[in-house]
Order: sequence, then structure tokens, then C-alpha cells
Amino acid sequence: MSSTNEGQARARGLAFFAKSQLMSADDVARALRRMAHEVVERNHSTESLSIIGLQSGGAPIALALAGYLTEISNAPITASLLDVSFYRDDLSHNPVPVSSQTSIDHDLTDRTVVLVDDVLFTGRTIRAALNALSDWGRPRAVQLCVLVDRGHRELPIRPDFVGKNLPTAIDEAIVASLDGVWIGTREAT
Amino acid sequence: MITSIRGQSLLSLNEISREAILEVLNTAESFVEVNRRTIKKVPALKGRVVASLFFEESTRTRLSFETAAKRLSADVLSLAVASSSVKKGESLRDTIATIDALGIDAVVLRHRSSGVALQVSRYVPHVRVINAGDGQHQHPTQGLLDAFTIRQVLSERRGTTGLESGGELFEGLRILIVGDIRHSRVARSDIAAYSTLGAEVRVCAPGTLLPDDIERWPVTVATNFDESLEWADVVGLLRLQAERGSGAFVPSLDEFTFTHGLTVERFARMRPETLIMHPGPMNRGVEVDSRVVDAPAAIVEQQVANGVPIRMAVLYLSVAGSGESL
Repeated sequence: MSSTNEGQARARGLAFFAKSQLMSADDVARALRRMAHEVVERNHSTESLSIIGLQSGGAPIALALAGYLTEISNAPITASLLDVSFYRDDLSHNPVPVSSQTSIDHDLTDRTVVLVDDVLFTGRTIRAALNALSDWGRPRAVQLCVLVDRGHRELPIRPDFVGKNLPTAIDEAIVASLDGVWIGTREAT
Repeated sequence: MITSIRGQSLLSLNEISREAILEVLNTAESFVEVNRRTIKKVPALKGRVVASLFFEESTRTRLSFETAAKRLSADVLSLAVASSSVKKGESLRDTIATIDALGIDAVVLRHRSSGVALQVSRYVPHVRVINAGDGQHQHPTQGLLDAFTIRQVLSERRGTTGLESGGELFEGLRILIVGDIRHSRVARSDIAAYSTLGAEVRVCAPGTLLPDDIERWPVTVATNFDESLEWADVVGLLRLQAERGSGAFVPSLDEFTFTHGLTVERFARMRPETLIMHPGPMNRGVEVDSRVVDAPAAIVEQQVANGVPIRMAVLYLSVAGSGESL
């Protein structure tokens, strides 16, 4: 696995031992481009879209998605970033390090929000994000775009746009970034 | 040495590491953003109870602590000491026990006697105690917000953000603290924070207003105030504390202004980029001229504004980090 991914996994305080690579950087780029087309197809235009990446894994993916959307629609689209640390329901067990910033600079009332994250797992991050979004107004709709859906939901949440469905075992770990997607474990085997 | 205030009481900045200070400053950056939103509230401390006990009067500290707790969605129990059983002679220990019986996660405490915060943390070891000023001892959140304000203003000048500059801009930064050092808990907390972050701290005051053990502090003592003003990148002024008897330590207020007040004449000779700070409340015309405070070099208002995000960061790290109480 690349050193960047190792770095990202470490930055979140998690060890990661890669078993195999499931997507290359090119595969990820193609998946993002396809999802950008799906976003436009579903919403007809990009005019009232607000792209919001979840810190920290979803941030680079949201920025890349906004780039593809700009290409497709010929109108500049930027992505905002959201850190959901303060909205998590597991704060008291496991306070999340706060080092990333939220940069939503506009009212979301009547906007169609596309939430972007790297991996969809239990759905708890998305639950926190939905709570957070309501502090910026009342979006007309919220759609969810993830690079990898690995299953094991603990809440009634489903994605609208998926880069790749990856059925996993609960004790496996996934690292997904613009550099590729890897499956591995949290402990050395 | 405390390496992080997660789940810990915050009693003093003396025994706290550089990493722990930077963690608070970086967390506060996120809360600055929260305070710019239309809805300035996050559910991080939902269902937690923070008691605010001010046995000594205060405007900005009390208001900003209570605002901070509310913006974290904590419930705030606020004891108005003047109309409480404290007036009937109830002891501090009994007052604390009563409030603890209501079920609290943290207590924000101000008291006119040094060491009370530590004492209370021993009475109720399961409650996080945040010292909001104890006598002449410490005022840790003021020290943190002063360091935060310096980092914010200097990073902005360099076209970067506080988060990006980390702790580096404090290396070798020249900070002068002037005035009633002897009675000042703000000076003690500021000096602890600045020196831990790597700044060079100088103090300047009439000999009577220096503490007796000043040679053990991580500072140098300057006798020439005018020369020190030219030397400094940051000038921290202190209030002459009449209620702690500092009036008896100087011949007259005019004399103090003449020797150690930041007058318009002295201000005119300073380097234009030097920052001027004051923890408030100010005695305009005594330690600082009114016209100096209103100059752009004075960042007193930013200090007040940063009180809320810093106190949110302290409460968040201290209370949310204490998982066992859930």
C-alpha cells in the first residue's frame, strides 16, 4: 500500500495492514466520473447542488467529484467540508480528535445537498452529518455519495451513488482514497 | 506534567505540556467556526451539566463560560452567590456537596482565595473542575485565550491560519508583561503559557508590584520600561488591582501612570506592529491611555471574542473526554 494511505489511516489514529488492493487510482477516477454523471442525471442540473465532503476521508473525494461535475456541466462547482466530530453519538466513549475544519459558507435551505464520504459502514457518521446539516437550514433533499459501501449498517441509511459495493467481514478494514482502495485488517496477522 | 486535558480538570497552566496547550488552541479553531454560524450550537455536551460558581464578581469570564457551555448544549447550573446560602455562612465544602448532589459533570469555579480550585477538585474527584480564577494564583483559560489571540493575529498577518502555524510562531517571540504582576493570576497563567510555547517573556513593574519569588519564574525582569517597549513584539498590560490592595504598593496612581502606564507618548515611540493586550477590566487612564486602547494595535476586543471558543474547547476536551461518567 502507498505511504499516503498509511499516513491517512494513521492520522485517524488507526493502524492498517493491507491484504490486497481492490481498486487502483484509475479505477477510483473512473468511478468518480461515473458518479458525477449519475448526480447530474438524477438532478437534471447542477445549479442548486451543494457538494459537502465529510472530514477527513470524504474531503478529497468531494473536491474531486466537484471537479468532475464542473467539467460535465461547464459551470464551476465547489465543495464545502464538514467535520461531524461535535455531532457524534460516541463522543463520550471515544472523543474524536478535532483537527479539521468545517467550511460551509452558505445557507442550505432549498439546496440539494450531496454528502460525500470515503467509506459507508455503520451509517453513524452520516447520521451525525444529517443532524449537523440542519444547523445550516432546511435542504430540499440530501443525497449520499460514497466511494465504497462495505455494508454492516446500524441505522436505516442507504447511499444514492456508490463507487463500489464491497461486502466485507466486520473485522476487516477498508482504506479508500483517490490513490485507490485497499482491504486489510486493523491488527497485524 | 499534564500532556492532554482530555477528561482532566484544568486548575493551572504550570504543570501542562506544550502539546496539551496546542491541543486546546487547535480545538478552539473549530469552535471559532461554530461561533460564526447562524446556529451557534453543537450537541457535543448534550445532557451534561456544568455548574458555574463565581464566588468573586466577574463579567466577561462568567458570561463567556456560560455561553460556551450553552453552545455545547450542556445544561448550566449557575449559582448567584449573593443570593445563595453562602450568604448565610454555608461553607464552601457544603456548597460544593449540595451542587454535586444534583449531579454535575463539571464545575467552573472562581474564588478570591488562591488554591480553592485544587481544594474543590479534591472534594469532588469525579467532577472536572475548571479554574476560572483563584485569588492571585491562576486563570488558565485567560492564559490560553491570550496565546490563542496572539497566534490568530500573527498568523493572519502572515497570510496563514492559526491551525497551520501550530506553535512555531511563539519560538523567540518577545512578550513584555507590565504592571501589577504581584497580584495578577492572569500574569501567572500568561507567563506559564507563553514560556511553555517557547516565547521570551520579560516583565516590567515597580519593584513593589513584583512577586517576592520572581527570580524563580521563567522570565527576565526589566527595569527600563521605555527600552522594553521597543524590544517587545507583544505588550501585555495588567489591571492595577485595587481590591487586592495594590494601591498601597504604589505612591499614587498618577505616579504609576508616569512610570509604567502606556501613555500616548510612549505608544507613539513603539514599533507600529507591536500588539497591545489587556485582560480587562481596564482602568483607562491608569495602566493604559484610552486612546491607545482604541488604536488598531490593541487587540483587546479579539481577546474578549476568543473567550467563548477557548472555553468551549476546554469544556469539550475536559468533559467530553471523561467517558466513565456516562
